[in-house]
Amino acid sequence: MSLSDDSPRARPFAGLSLLGSELSVLFRRRRTIAMLIALAAVPILIAVAVRLSSSRAQGRGPAFLDQISQNGLFVATVALTISIPLFLPLTVGVVAGDSIAGEASAGTLRYLLVGPAGRVRLLVVKYLSAAIFCLSATVAVSVAGAVIGIALFPVGPVTLLSGDTIGVGESVLRSLLIAAYICVSLLGLCAIGLFISTLTDVPVGAMAATVVAAVVSQVLDALPQLAWLHPWLFSHYWLSFADLLRQPIEWGSFGDNALLQLGYLVVFSALAYGRFSTKDVLS
Amino acid sequence: MTGGGTSVELAIETQGLTKRFGSQTVVDEIDLAVPRGSVFGFLGPNGSGKTTTIRVLLGLAAATDGEIRMLGREVPRHLSEVLPRVGALVEGPGFYPYLSGAANLKRLDIADRYAPSSTRRARVDEALERVGLTQAAGKRVHAYSLGMKQRLGIANALLTPRELIVLDEPTNGLDPQGTREVRNLVRSLTAEGTTVFVSSHLLAEIEQMCTHAAVMRTGRLVAQGTLDELRRAGRKTVVVLTPDRERTHRVLEGLGLVPGEPQHPTLQRITDDDRAVGAPLPEGMSPDVIVATLVKEGVRVNGFAVERANLEDLFVALTGEGFDVAQ
Repeated sequence: MSLSDDSPRARPFAGLSLLGSELSVLFRRRRTIAMLIALAAVPILIAVAVRLSSSRAQGRGPAFLDQISQNGLFVATVALTISIPLFLPLTVGVVAGDSIAGEASAGTLRYLLVGPAGRVRLLVVKYLSAAIFCLSATVAVSVAGAVIGIALFPVGPVTLLSGDTIGVGESVLRSLLIAAYICVSLLGLCAIGLFISTLTDVPVGAMAATVVAAVVSQVLDALPQLAWLHPWLFSHYWLSFADLLRQPIEWGSFGDNALLQLGYLVVFSALAYGRFSTKDVLS
Repeated sequence: MTGGGTSVELAIETQGLTKRFGSQTVVDEIDLAVPRGSVFGFLGPNGSGKTTTIRVLLGLAAATDGEIRMLGREVPRHLSEVLPRVGALVEGPGFYPYLSGAANLKRLDIADRYAPSSTRRARVDEALERVGLTQAAGKRVHAYSLGMKQRLGIANALLTPRELIVLDEPTNGLDPQGTREVRNLVRSLTAEGTTVFVSSHLLAEIEQMCTHAAVMRTGRLVAQGTLDELRRAGRKTVVVLTPDRERTHRVLEGLGLVPGEPQHPTLQRITDDDRAVGAPLPEGMSPDVIVATLVKEGVRVNGFAVERANLEDLFVALTGEGFDVAQ
């Protein structure tokens, strides 16, 4: 009996098709759609509120909100600023926390593994799909912001923080950069969520724990007594994308942020691998 | 009772397989030998370690100790080569409730990196047809009944041609019609040369479709072999139909038998008849000696029979009676 001959041959790109399947399951799910709609509603609510109030009481409220009424291109950036502390981590926490624990609680994890999907492959696919969700979440806020901004407010050259003025095309490019920055900012949280998700069979617990991690990190970042810790907190650079609004662009915070997120990704992926590769799947 | 030993090619073979959770030993040094081409019944009360054993066999949980060979290869080392040739239903079906039955199967088929994508659609349709779910293929699993989910779980095990199919409690939640369909399905699988490993806590189910069986009790394998071998292991019982019960008791006791003691349900039923006296037949004693002695002592013998314990009696004798869940 020569097993090597009749052994089944693996499909090429089987990992990619699993990722495709994962994404179609993720984005066909009502919950995911609802979260993206809720995120897209953030800039719309802001824009409508500003539009309705600006006609009456000009000059009240935070300065950046006021700028919206002068240039619609700001709506997306303002909405991202408002979403990054809670709304975005919330949705990312739901998706990343659900990744393994959700499969375990539905009973599908054992069938994926018996498939065999392969534990490492499944983990990688789960992380990538959560990362793609981060991107789509950021895009949802940005695109909705851009559309509503253009619809409700005048659009024109943008004055940067450094005092320079850039054209519409350039400012769209900057908006995309900021979206990319926010998306990268969430990758560390994704890895944390994935790790927590391998610890439990209760998806809600993993989701909540991930969101709590994001909140705790921001609270710690706000305590001046812990200044030594701040550069190591994954949320430390979340609001530092202002550097992308200078001329020339200061890439320092972008690089620092990316490096920090990469560090979190490496550490928590390793933890998730260590946990998941040897875990007894009893759900 | 291990049957042919090493001369038979085995689909599943374990040696000293042990699984402990903390201090609790759930599977205790079991030596399974499942011959290729057999329908192997894995029998035991709830909580006797059947599902845990299956989880370990499929690599979902790691064995604490012992060796496993599946389809001739060591597991879990060669798990990725073995699993594509194994279909499984483990501890009930598990599906995405918000996807349709067909979409669920497609998803799980994609997870099998050895399943060709070109034939996926046809294979999904065929598997659904085999379990009678073609009509419900487009329905969300959320709307499925328990029996339909169970069928879908079986369909998942049939997505690609398998050499071994592991079915953990396959008839759970099925109506009598569905149970019969599962039996027929198992029969057709065996006809194709597939080895089927079925776990159940229902003896009748095993008796109707299996060629071999193993019995688990509190984590230990207490019997294993072909159904005939297991039946032969049952003790013989002497039953005397007589109006002279008192005297019969005395005569049987004089011969060294223990009359009236209900060893298993069959005997229990017989001794419920107030004209019957039963007793286990000791090894090596010839029944005719008993009849001759009874007649000589003046007992009016209206009937005499030697009964063999059926599998149910054996099962109860091996695993204990009553509702107590093991451990």
